[in-house]
Amino acid sequence: MEATVVKTGTDQKTWDGGNKPLNASYGKMMMWFFIVSDALTFSGFLASYGFSRYKFIDSWPIADEVFTHFPFLHGVEAPMYYVAFMTFILIFSSVTMVLAVDAGHHMKKNKVIFYLFLTIIGGAIFVGSQAWEWGTFIKGSYGAVETKGGKILQFLNTEGDRVAIGDFAISIPTERVQQNSNDGIWFQSESAATSVSLDEVTAGFLANESLLIRTQYLDENGERTILSREESVAKLQADGIGIVEGANLKHNEYGTPLFADFFFFITGFHGFHVFSGVMINLIIFFNVILGTYERRGHYEMVEKVGLYWHFVDLVWVFVFTFFYLV
Amino acid sequence: MAQEHNLAIFRGQLKFKSNVSKIWGVFLLLSIVTTVEVALGITKPDFLTSNTFMALKYLNWIFIILTLVKAYYITWDFMHMRDEKSFLRRIVVWTLVFYIAYLIYIILVEGNYIFDVYKEGFVKFDF
Repeated sequence: MEATVVKTGTDQKTWDGGNKPLNASYGKMMMWFFIVSDALTFSGFLASYGFSRYKFIDSWPIADEVFTHFPFLHGVEAPMYYVAFMTFILIFSSVTMVLAVDAGHHMKKNKVIFYLFLTIIGGAIFVGSQAWEWGTFIKGSYGAVETKGGKILQFLNTEGDRVAIGDFAISIPTERVQQNSNDGIWFQSESAATSVSLDEVTAGFLANESLLIRTQYLDENGERTILSREESVAKLQADGIGIVEGANLKHNEYGTPLFADFFFFITGFHGFHVFSGVMINLIIFFNVILGTYERRGHYEMVEKVGLYWHFVDLVWVFVFTFFYLV
Repeated sequence: MAQEHNLAIFRGQLKFKSNVSKIWGVFLLLSIVTTVEVALGITKPDFLTSNTFMALKYLNWIFIILTLVKAYYITWDFMHMRDEKSFLRRIVVWTLVFYIAYLIYIILVEGNYIFDVYKEGFVKFDF
């Protein structure tokens, strides 16, 4: 009769529960689920960046002409050095995180505390650097003239160096003030009047024979097209409609406004991930100090948060390549 | 909770004595790759930017390949993919590779088409 007895004791079977599918615990598995879906979100963002770039392939801004600033070094052209520094900070904080996970496997509480602390510091430095990058990008550097078609005209001297619009504009005294919604028409206002007006820039440009205009369009060598003096004067007088200083969601002195939109959106979304990562790291940092995981008998929570933190680093590797390098 | 770590990288060519020394080794590798990327990005050597392979400059191919190398080592060693069951690896990696490759292909082709319409088409906004 042994053969007909229905066995219910299936405790060693894979799908009966109580064991770990793929040998990964529930929490780790769910973290991998989250990472896969979040990776698809970020690839959607980066792919749409690629879409817009291919759409405007002949007039897209060149990233290392945009991000040329380094803190405390004013007027020094340092393309990409600061982003490279940020990348190293994030990779290093990933290393300290994985060292914390390793110390957790060996139940070394004090080492976990130390490495988690370094990780949090690294994350904080990264978020701060990101904020600084945003600040410099929003403030802008040289200023430009926007055309009717929404394109950008930048100014060069005969040596081919950029010239700031404030440096050659001739001051014309006017009654021009910032328009607020409480004077004039209630639904019309502007965020801030630009430091110089289009008339002042045009007058300065006409008075200074050595200035040339550089358009947004790339020539066959991937360099910006520079117009001759006659073409420059004609272009400025025919097409210029306003001044752009810095970048926001609608105007961008470095080129296509879409570039600024994607910059704010992608690095902003990534920066928000880093910020959340720092917060979660802080929570488990205090839990480690309080001995929560010591009492629990394992430091798997550190490992799960570590997975998230490495993922944030991984995303930055791709953002760095596709935003700053390619 | 002693855990088994696979300490060999480069297909077993380089074997580390402990997990900690493996972490520092991978960090060194990632730093070297990043330094190479930044150096190439700043200098932009002429022969890499003037030649193209499949409509993409050599330089950009190098950047993309180096990025994938970095992604591999971050996932395999920092996220401990090397120590997971092979099917967990496949579930994560194959899903992403398939979807992302498809997405990139279709969206870049579309972007390129719209560029052509803007540039050469007689009809400007009919798509």
